[in-house]
Amino acid sequence: MPLFWLRTALGLYGFGLLYAVMAIWGERQRLTRIMLPAVGLGVVFHFVSVIESVKQGLLDTSLSVHQVESLLAFLLMAFFFAIYGIYRTASPGIAVFPLAFVLALSAQSFSGPPSENVEASPFGPGWKYAHVALIMIGYSALIISFVASILYLIQEKNLKAKGISGFWSRLPALATIDEIGYRVLIFGFPFMTFGLISGSILAEAKFGPDYFKDAKVLLSALMWLVYTILLYTRWSAGWRGKRAAYLAACAFAAAAVAWVANIHP
Amino acid sequence: MNFQLIGVNHNSAPLDVRERLAISEARLPDAIRTLVKQPGVEEGMVLSTCNRVELLTSTREAADLREFLRNYFGVSPDSLHSHIYEFRQSEAVRHVFRVASSLDSMVVGEPQILGQVKEAYAVARGLGAVHSALEALLSRAFAVAKRVRTETAIGSSSVSISAVAVQLAEKIFGSLRNKTVYVVGAGKMAELAARHLIGRGASNILFTNRTYERAVQMAEAFGGKAIPFDQLYDTVGRADIVLTSTGASEPLFRRDHGEQLLNRRKNQPMFFIDIAVPRNVDPEMNRLDGMFVYDIDDLQSVAGNNSSERKKEAERAEKIIDAEVERFANRMKSLAVVPTILSLQEYCETIRQAEIDRIRSKMGVLTPDQEAAIEAMTRGIINKLLHTPITTLKSTAAEPEAATIHEIIRRIFNLNTNPKGSSNSGKSDK
Repeated sequence: MPLFWLRTALGLYGFGLLYAVMAIWGERQRLTRIMLPAVGLGVVFHFVSVIESVKQGLLDTSLSVHQVESLLAFLLMAFFFAIYGIYRTASPGIAVFPLAFVLALSAQSFSGPPSENVEASPFGPGWKYAHVALIMIGYSALIISFVASILYLIQEKNLKAKGISGFWSRLPALATIDEIGYRVLIFGFPFMTFGLISGSILAEAKFGPDYFKDAKVLLSALMWLVYTILLYTRWSAGWRGKRAAYLAACAFAAAAVAWVANIHP
Repeated sequence: MNFQLIGVNHNSAPLDVRERLAISEARLPDAIRTLVKQPGVEEGMVLSTCNRVELLTSTREAADLREFLRNYFGVSPDSLHSHIYEFRQSEAVRHVFRVASSLDSMVVGEPQILGQVKEAYAVARGLGAVHSALEALLSRAFAVAKRVRTETAIGSSSVSISAVAVQLAEKIFGSLRNKTVYVVGAGKMAELAARHLIGRGASNILFTNRTYERAVQMAEAFGGKAIPFDQLYDTVGRADIVLTSTGASEPLFRRDHGEQLLNRRKNQPMFFIDIAVPRNVDPEMNRLDGMFVYDIDDLQSVAGNNSSERKKEAERAEKIIDAEVERFANRMKSLAVVPTILSLQEYCETIRQAEIDRIRSKMGVLTPDQEAAIEAMTRGIINKLLHTPITTLKSTAAEPEAATIHEIIRRIFNLNTNPKGSSNSGKSDK
């Protein structure tokens, strides 16, 4: 059943993908009115899928990569709609929609690595799920912040080139993009931190005191470090624009590597 | 329904002509009352703005609106002849749609005109000068204007230098609320831009000038604060937006100033609007992250681009207007057959009642069942007989042969088009 809801959501996310593609031709205002309700409905179905998937996972004590992908796609969409609700901008959708679509597409195909047995966790399966959820919220925040950095760079380049009409003219104001990136980053930080702490506790219980020598744990710690530097430089020195985008790209790359390392240990 | 419109606007008449025809708000009710008393005029409204004076009417037959202009304004027809335009029927509809959608405005896409049309309509409606025909036309015009604004980007870009400055500031800072504007030097354009920025919410305004008294004057006029010119570099870091228009021959702000300002402001962006010639801000400063420098040529270029964008959008809007005029005309045509349909139904109902009365007088008192059976049977016959003529009238309403079909049906059934129930009360000719 979770798969059915996920596939329904995926079909509706197709409208989001269409939005992202057609936005290239500048038909954004009308598209927003048509596509967003469809994508929103997809998020509702996706939520049902995630909940059913967690319930099912708790029963058969399994956790698969596809479930994690599905959760990440859902969280990205949830972040998107939260931002849309606050700032009335659908611009992040240009990047978020295709990414969520690809993740959901991958999640709904059942080929891939076998499910991890969360029963092995000494604290029970709930602990593992909580750890994954915390980390995924942190990842989502990082991705959204990275997308905001890219949009900031584009808008800044437009304004510096004295070209405020045409294709990208409907991007939100620089200050708004900056605020989105910063607030999302702040929001995601405690989740990322607690996710890492819970992961460390799990790893220590499973592998003993030498757990930190594991590459994926080191990569996760590195990602957290870059995340912290990114947050600190923005807070203390007001880093934005290129520098913030480069740092966000580094954190994003570290997160991607940590993700791959976790999928293929 | 006959629509007739006469008027002058910024394209057809110079200001002195428009001034002679302008109707003040106080005189508007009197003008409308006089207009609807004109022979042939059934409904009327008057739109009088600084760029246009227009009389819109719904008439029974062609009305002499020029006569109204002559009598009401006391101007000779010859002096107005070359400036007046007059539209009838679908051309009048098109003109109303274009005016409400701001396609006929001096600055295409400006939003004020729709509000002005709505006000004129409200006044006329309040006086009882607007009924069904103008009501339908104006309601549609407002819907069309909304559609044009939603489906095109006709009003989304600014076309004056000061409005462009505000648009750019909003692209950088979002809301201008609580933003600080620093006006360096004095000049009409800087003053205008400052006024625009304040109008959009900028609340802290600082003024400096080599002549301190001038800065004080401006600060008093705008409710801001005057700063001595020698404190410029110490205080400019407080500003988000800096408007420069001094007569200095060398730039006041160079790249190194920009770097210092960014350090002081923790990299918070700054927007320099340099209206001075020669320039007060070194363009090199625009290369710094977080520094945005626009000189007068840049602002003019953006305004020019916006004008071209608006022209493109206006072309799209004209297509929407074309489609809407056709749609409205079809709707009006289908409404035109309603009185005939009502007359036809009324004619048949009279015959049916007469026949039922005749049967009653022959058969005496009928039982309720018999009454119901006769009622159902006669109604069924009438409905079946009328089905084809009514559907034909409706389906051909927008076609060229509509008038012929209309006339044939009226002749066959010996109808006039004023049934008792219709808005134009009159007697059926039976």
